[in-house]
Amino acid sequence: MATNFLPKIVSFLCKWCTYSGADLAGTSRMKYPSTILPIRVMCSSRVNPVFIIKSFFNGADGILIGGCHPGDCHYQSGNYHTRRRFIILTKIFESLGLESERLRLAWISAAEGARFVKVTTEFTEKITKLGENSAKKNIFV
Amino acid sequence: MDQVLIVKNSAEKGLIEFLKFLLEKDRVSGVFTLIKTKKQDDYDYALITEPELLKDAFPLHPFLPVNAGKILSNFTDLKKPVVAVIKPCELRSFIELVKRTQGNLENFLLISFTCGGAFTFSDTVENKTDTLLSDYWTAVSNANDFKNIRSTCKACDNFIPMNADITVSLFGNKNIDSSCKMFLNSEKAKTMVKGFDTEILEDQLDKTQIEKISKRRTEYKEKLFNEIKIQDTGLDGLIDEFGKCIGCHACSRVCPICYCVLCDFESSTYDDSSSMLESELNRKGGVRLPTDTVLYQIGRLSHMSFSCIGCGQCTEVCPVNIPVSVIFRKIGEKVAKIFDYIPGKDVAEQIPVTIFKEEEFTTLGED
Repeated sequence: MATNFLPKIVSFLCKWCTYSGADLAGTSRMKYPSTILPIRVMCSSRVNPVFIIKSFFNGADGILIGGCHPGDCHYQSGNYHTRRRFIILTKIFESLGLESERLRLAWISAAEGARFVKVTTEFTEKITKLGENSAKKNIFV
Repeated sequence: MDQVLIVKNSAEKGLIEFLKFLLEKDRVSGVFTLIKTKKQDDYDYALITEPELLKDAFPLHPFLPVNAGKILSNFTDLKKPVVAVIKPCELRSFIELVKRTQGNLENFLLISFTCGGAFTFSDTVENKTDTLLSDYWTAVSNANDFKNIRSTCKACDNFIPMNADITVSLFGNKNIDSSCKMFLNSEKAKTMVKGFDTEILEDQLDKTQIEKISKRRTEYKEKLFNEIKIQDTGLDGLIDEFGKCIGCHACSRVCPICYCVLCDFESSTYDDSSSMLESELNRKGGVRLPTDTVLYQIGRLSHMSFSCIGCGQCTEVCPVNIPVSVIFRKIGEKVAKIFDYIPGKDVAEQIPVTIFKEEEFTTLGED
């Protein structure tokens, strides 16, 4: 089962930092897993926690949120709010018995193409080990 | 030691005398309290400006037809404050609403009381509560939890009002039939009582008794929390718990914290388009309709759980008996704890999602 399983990792990437970092990885011909489904957002704080819940229930095996390092947000304080929201959502997932390990927050700057590769490769390995999201088969969510 | 006003009448009648005084002397523009209609067991909140109508008032009646905090947010700027008699949980909800710019404390003289709990909707609907009243007050005056109060009330360790201008002593007060004891907590309260013909003494609430009640209530709360096992039962357990939800949104309608005129979950964002259904059907082979009921519950948790003050109105109205209040309060307390946030306590304490500290959780996202 593990060898054939290619996880789907829905990734919300902030345009100014992480998405550009991913672009840099691409132009530098670095390889990162094809499990990543990038969605470009203007700021990581644009990510509504309900997007994450919806992705999870639609069967996403992993959800990644990428933004600028705290202090470097293009809109000054967006990523600070992202950080708090992520912590709250993770706590809610844990309290409901949902696998909070499928959620990941990563600060990756526009210059960190290599870091983007590292984070996505490690996260893909972790999700592959975790296995498929059981919500995929569940029609009652 | 606090300043206490004593009216030589029963707790309820003494309070009504004071409310009448405030109206007749034009100190307040109206009285917001519970009044009884002609029917048995039917008590509703009303705003009264004619002192005569206070003859139908039952300000201390143990029932929440609605969470009054929600109603108080409708009062916009007034020249003279309204005096509102509300329960400690309703007061805490109002504080949470004031933080969200949905209310103004200056518009009110807030009277609350040490609370022995409230009756259930089902007992009220079956016309049982009027006959139970006398036993209820006996239990309350002896600091006991009356058997018919809601289980949310039995689990409430916030029975002493926070932020009330005046607190009426009820819970554990053996003299509620003969004396109305009102603690004056603020300068506003002390100004309002000037000229009211009664004695003012020094007294304080019995600390040992409060600790005893608190311990009992906290133990019951832990018991209710432990009965909810969704943290251990995975996705299947979650669906078992919330699967019965029919998406009526009654819980959100009665919740004081859910004040949004257009709730996100009722907006067109969640309308099922046939193309989206098609893609889900391609993946799963079937989809429950209406969609997004479990999503609505978790989404609502992420929007307001840290402000949940456990009033229990949601459980009262749920048509399929989901223990919404216990779940929301349990998870809400866990989330609020991360930020040392206590809902309803201090109007200056901002809601955790609106603020941040630059130096907090510094390792998150950096690994």
